[in-house]
Amino acid sequence: MSENNNNSDKKNRRDFLTVATTAVGAVGVGAAVWPVINQMNPDSSVKALASIEVDLSKIKEGQEITVLWRGKPVFIKRRTKEEIASAEKVDLKELKDPQPDNKRVKKSEWLVLVGVCTHLGCVPISGKGDYGGWFCPCHGSHYDSSGRIRKGPAPTNLEVPTYEFVGDNKIKLG
Amino acid sequence: MSEKDSNFNQNEIKPVHTNKVGGSPFKGVVGWIDNRLPIIRMFKYEYLDFQVPKNLSYLWSLGGILMICLIFLIVTGLALGMHYKPSSSEAFTSVEKIMRDVNYGWLLRYAHMNFASFFFIAVYIHIFRGLYYGSYKEPRQLMWLIGIVIFFMMMATAFLGYTLPWGQMSYWGATVITNLFSAVPLVGEGIVTWLWGDYAVGDSTLNRFYVLHWLLAFGILGIVIFHVIALHIVGSNNPSGIEPVDTRDTVSFAPFTTSKDLFAMLIFLLAFVLITMYAPNYLGHPDNYIPADPLITPAHIVPEWYFLPFYAILRSIPDKLLGVIAMVSSIAVLGLLPWLDLSKVRSSVFRPVWKQFVFLFVLDFFVLMYVGGMPAEGIYVLISRVGTVYWFLFFLVIAPLVSLTEKPLPMPKSIHEYEDWKKQGKIKTFKIF
Repeated sequence: MSENNNNSDKKNRRDFLTVATTAVGAVGVGAAVWPVINQMNPDSSVKALASIEVDLSKIKEGQEITVLWRGKPVFIKRRTKEEIASAEKVDLKELKDPQPDNKRVKKSEWLVLVGVCTHLGCVPISGKGDYGGWFCPCHGSHYDSSGRIRKGPAPTNLEVPTYEFVGDNKIKLG
Repeated sequence: MSEKDSNFNQNEIKPVHTNKVGGSPFKGVVGWIDNRLPIIRMFKYEYLDFQVPKNLSYLWSLGGILMICLIFLIVTGLALGMHYKPSSSEAFTSVEKIMRDVNYGWLLRYAHMNFASFFFIAVYIHIFRGLYYGSYKEPRQLMWLIGIVIFFMMMATAFLGYTLPWGQMSYWGATVITNLFSAVPLVGEGIVTWLWGDYAVGDSTLNRFYVLHWLLAFGILGIVIFHVIALHIVGSNNPSGIEPVDTRDTVSFAPFTTSKDLFAMLIFLLAFVLITMYAPNYLGHPDNYIPADPLITPAHIVPEWYFLPFYAILRSIPDKLLGVIAMVSSIAVLGLLPWLDLSKVRSSVFRPVWKQFVFLFVLDFFVLMYVGGMPAEGIYVLISRVGTVYWFLFFLVIAPLVSLTEKPLPMPKSIHEYEDWKKQGKIKTFKIF
C-alpha cells in the first residue's frame, strides 16, 4: 500500500517535471528562433527612409512623373478632365476589384499610385493598354485611368500609397 | 545488496558490443584504418563489387553525369565567390571585373553559367528515363521522391544564382518569383517583405540570396547522398524493368559501368565545352548585361530556358493564386506518380499504350517550353492552356486509366532472356536506349 502511494507520488512529480521542462524548452526555442527569423525583416535604416516629400508644381495637365519611394516606383499623374470623367463614369459592376474613383484620389486631378503590378510586381507602362491607363508587359494586365484592374491576371487595383497634401502643390508619401 | 541485482531479471542479461572494430577485408595500414572507419570497405562493396543489371543503356549514365555537374558547379562557384561582391551597388561591376580582370575569370563564370544549364539538360533526361522505364515503382518510390526534392532544390538554387549578377533579368526575375509568395492569402505580403528585407527587391535581398545560394548548393549535395544510399539499397532499374535474378543478369560496377559512364561523361563534357567556348551566352538572355533598374521593367521578361515549361503553366491561368498553385503542383504531381500508375509492368518497352502517352508528354514539355518564351498573348495563351491541361491529365487521369486497362506485351522472365529476345528481334527498342 505504502509502496503504491510512493509510486504514484513519483509519477506525479515526473509528470510535473516533463511538463515544466517542455514548457521552458518551448519558450526557450521560440525566444532563440524569433531573432533569427525577424532579422530578415526590413531594418531600421530601411524604415527610416519610409517617407518622402514630392513637389508637384512643375507637372502639367496630362503629365506623369515617377518617383522612387521605398525602392518602388510611384506614379504621380495630373489627370486631364477626360481621364477623370472616364474614370468616374465606369460602372462598378464591370470591375474585378470594385472601387469608385473618388475613393482612390484625394483631389480628383491628382492620381498617386504605387507603380507595381499587383500580379507579380513588374512596372506597368503608362499610356498603353485597352483602358487608357497602364499596361503591364510581363503578363498582360490592363489598368484604367484610375489605376484599376480591367483585364489580365492581376487580382487587385494598383495600390494607392499612404500620402497627404502638405501644401497646394506638395505631397508627402508614407 | 546481494550479488544478484534485484533490478534485473537474470534471463534478460545479454552481452553488449559497443566496440565494433574489425571485419575489414583489407590488411596492413588500410585494414587498420578500415577496421576503425569502415569507409574503405564501403567504397569497395558499393563502387567496385556492386552488381548492376548488365543491360543498362547510356540513359543510366546520367546519374554519374549529374554528380560531375554538381561537383564542377561547386568548384567553379567557390572560385567565383572569391571575387564576387553581394551588394546592389557592387554586384554588377564585380561580375564584369571577373569577366575582364580576374585570371581566367571569364572561363570560370561561363563554365558556372553553362554547367547550370547542362545540369538541367541532364536532370531532364534523367527524369525522362525514370518515367519511360517506370523507375518510380516499387521498391524505388522513396528514391523517386528524394529525386523530386533535389529537383525543387536545384530550381531554387538556379533562381538564386541567376539573381546574383544583378542585371535587368536578375532583378525582375527576382521580383516576379518572390512575388509568387504574395499569392498566399492573408500573410502573403508579409512573407514577401520578410524575404526581401525591404519594401522592394534590394541590397538586403541580394545579400541573403547569395548566402542561400551557397546553402542550397551544399544542401543538394547532402540530399544527393541520400538519393545514392537509397539507390544502393534498391538497386538500379534497367531497360527491361525486370529485377536481376542471378549472375547471368548482372555485371560489377567497376570496370563495366564505370567505363561506360566515363565515355558518356566525355561526350557530355565535349558538348558542354563546345557551348561554353563558342556560344557561352547562347542559353542566357542579353538583357542581363544591362545593370538592374528598379524603375524600368524589360519589355519581355523570360526566365532561364529550364524554367520555361513551368512559367508557361503559371501564365496559362488567368488567376494569380491558382496560377502559382498550378505551377508548383505541376512538379509536385510527379511525386504522386508511383501511386497513380498502378501497372505492375515497369518498362514502357512492354507497355504499347502508355509509351505513346509518355512521348506525348515529352512533346508537351517542349511545346510548353516554347510558349513559355513567347509573349503571353493571342495563340500562345491558348497553346499554353492546352499544354497545361495535358500535363495534369497525363498524371491524374491517363496514368491510372491506362495502367488499369492496358494489356502489356508478353515479357521475358529475366534480363538475360530479355537480351536474347532482343537479339531475336522479338522486342523492339531504340538502339541507344
